Amino acid sequence: MKKPFSLHVDVDAFLPASEEDKAYMVQMRPSSTFFKDGVKRLLKNKVATVSLMAIILITLASIILPFFWPYSYEQQLGVVPGKRVDASYNNLAPFAYGTTEQAMIDAGEKVFPHVFGTDAAGRDYFIRVVYGTRISLSVGFFASIIVLVIGILVGSVAGYCGGKVDLVIMRIVDMIYSLPDMLMVILLATVLKAALPDDILVGTVFEKIGTNILSLFIVFALLYWVSMSRLIRGQILSLREQEYVLAAQAAGAKGSWIISKHLIPNCISVVIISTALQIPSAIFTESYLSFLGLGVNAPMPSLGSLASDALNGITSYSYRLVIPAIVISLIVLSLNLLGDGLRDAFDPKLNA
Amino acid sequence: MNTKTLAYILKRIGLAILTVWVVVTVTFFVCQAVPGSPFVGEKATSPAVTAALEAKYGMDKPVLEQYITYLGDIILRHDFGPSIKLRGRTVASVIVEGMKTSVKLGLIAAGIALVTGVVLGAVAALRRNKIIDRVIMVITTAFVSMPSFIMGSLLMVVFVVKLSLLPANGSAQSGPAGLVLPVITLALYPAAYITRLTRSSMLDVLGQDYIRTARAKGVSGWRVIFGHALKNSLIPVITYVGPMLAYIVTGSLVVEQIFAVPGIGRYFVSSITGRDYPLIMGTTIVLAVLIVVMNLVSDILYKVVDPRITLE
Repeated sequence: MKKPFSLHVDVDAFLPASEEDKAYMVQMRPSSTFFKDGVKRLLKNKVATVSLMAIILITLASIILPFFWPYSYEQQLGVVPGKRVDASYNNLAPFAYGTTEQAMIDAGEKVFPHVFGTDAAGRDYFIRVVYGTRISLSVGFFASIIVLVIGILVGSVAGYCGGKVDLVIMRIVDMIYSLPDMLMVILLATVLKAALPDDILVGTVFEKIGTNILSLFIVFALLYWVSMSRLIRGQILSLREQEYVLAAQAAGAKGSWIISKHLIPNCISVVIISTALQIPSAIFTESYLSFLGLGVNAPMPSLGSLASDALNGITSYSYRLVIPAIVISLIVLSLNLLGDGLRDAFDPKLNA
Repeated sequence: MNTKTLAYILKRIGLAILTVWVVVTVTFFVCQAVPGSPFVGEKATSPAVTAALEAKYGMDKPVLEQYITYLGDIILRHDFGPSIKLRGRTVASVIVEGMKTSVKLGLIAAGIALVTGVVLGAVAALRRNKIIDRVIMVITTAFVSMPSFIMGSLLMVVFVVKLSLLPANGSAQSGPAGLVLPVITLALYPAAYITRLTRSSMLDVLGQDYIRTARAKGVSGWRVIFGHALKNSLIPVITYVGPMLAYIVTGSLVVEQIFAVPGIGRYFVSSITGRDYPLIMGTTIVLAVLIVVMNLVSDILYKVVDPRITLE
């Protein structure tokens, strides 16, 4: 028995560690990456999660629904080749049927309901809203991708190179920044419509949606990248002074390597946030142009053109305006809230 | 004002002039790229008549010469040429007439947006996380997510179609009542935005040491709010004044369309659909100059108001 106050060295403490002891020291949790952390924080935020689910739901619905919906966005229900136009299909109220459909129902057949009725040309309104959502969402998404790519490219070069390159690029950015973007979009859309030959777009995605959306993309590519590139440049300017960049340079890394492997991954959070906030602004622009009659080509609908068309029958058919209005506000609202949530989740520094 | 501030202001003015020049040049050459003559309309005109018209408007000259003439006319005589679709009227006269209505509309909307935005934002910040703050934030978030034309159309459905409280038409016959809805439509988005801006900036300021110092000195609550907190939290709002007016200018294009207000936006939209290129060019340039100048003023004001901001 060992005395508690003995000064003798306890030999047991110097035995080699058993396997059990060693296992205790090993950190068994899988390491968490920055991205996983961010997602975890994002999912804790209820508002952001609900918005994310709303966006996913709307996107999936706009992709899947047209596949099994029995009507198409351009089919005028009262118009059958070789027969007189059946005007009873025009301006149907929600869940109402045209004469021939009513006859079929009376005969015991099942007819798919027109959930939102039909428009003035006898087209099923529900599927037009679905297609409009699809167009608006994809315009927003692709426009943001264009902005993202150009913004990152220019911003990182300006920020990393510094000096004269930075000065020249930033003067150009200042210039473009002060151009009135909306007016330029309208001008370009107006002119491109007249200037482009009609058959240039045949066979491309733009064949159905038209030159106006092409000009929207062009203007986004020309003008909207500036704020993104300013943001990236600012980030890179501060990151460039970090020790790990110096270490990489000392180890002989090239500029392109440092930009792509060290600098851009470190400003990814800023990029994610501003891209999420860019999409609603592109959707805004598209709907605004559609409203002025400079949006997608008829008969392809977009949410803006649906709202604009509905203005003509506003006294009798105000629901036709309210439906696309709600959808567009819902999309923009959830994207904005998601953007805020992303900022809180991926940029913990901002919370300080 | 020191020399550094002066240098900054001069630089910004130089940039603004450059921007306006780029806008004029781009507008001119983009409109030149349109094929066909503006005189080829529904009625067939003989080649001789077309040639005579083109000679009258100087369109038979080389493009570069036309450009220089156009630039000179604008700068020296404020002359944007004749409108093609509105017979017998010059573009300048159309713009001046439209501006009278639009400027009135825009200024009232901007004033309403500033006052309501600052008041609501300050209230929300002072009652942080209370029920009134929550309500204000939910409403403004909803308004910020709605494009102006949708807001306008919905207001129209509610107040004109369902309640028949206000006239749908904003033209001169309906009087001031006709302008209520257009003004509200234009003001809602900036008001919501300014509310959010003021709230976050006010919260930031309220956490500063000098506010605590003022309270510790025994300054009364209201004086702290108005004299110290509100004054300092308005600085970000000043930077937003430029973009806000730009928003109101572009927003008025659709709002004037919806409510049939005879302003410059309405002429701009009808010139687009009517392919009236001189009018398109004229209105684009005037509106662009307006936006650039407002951004310039707001930028300079920002630097002058807040001496802490370091100048490049």
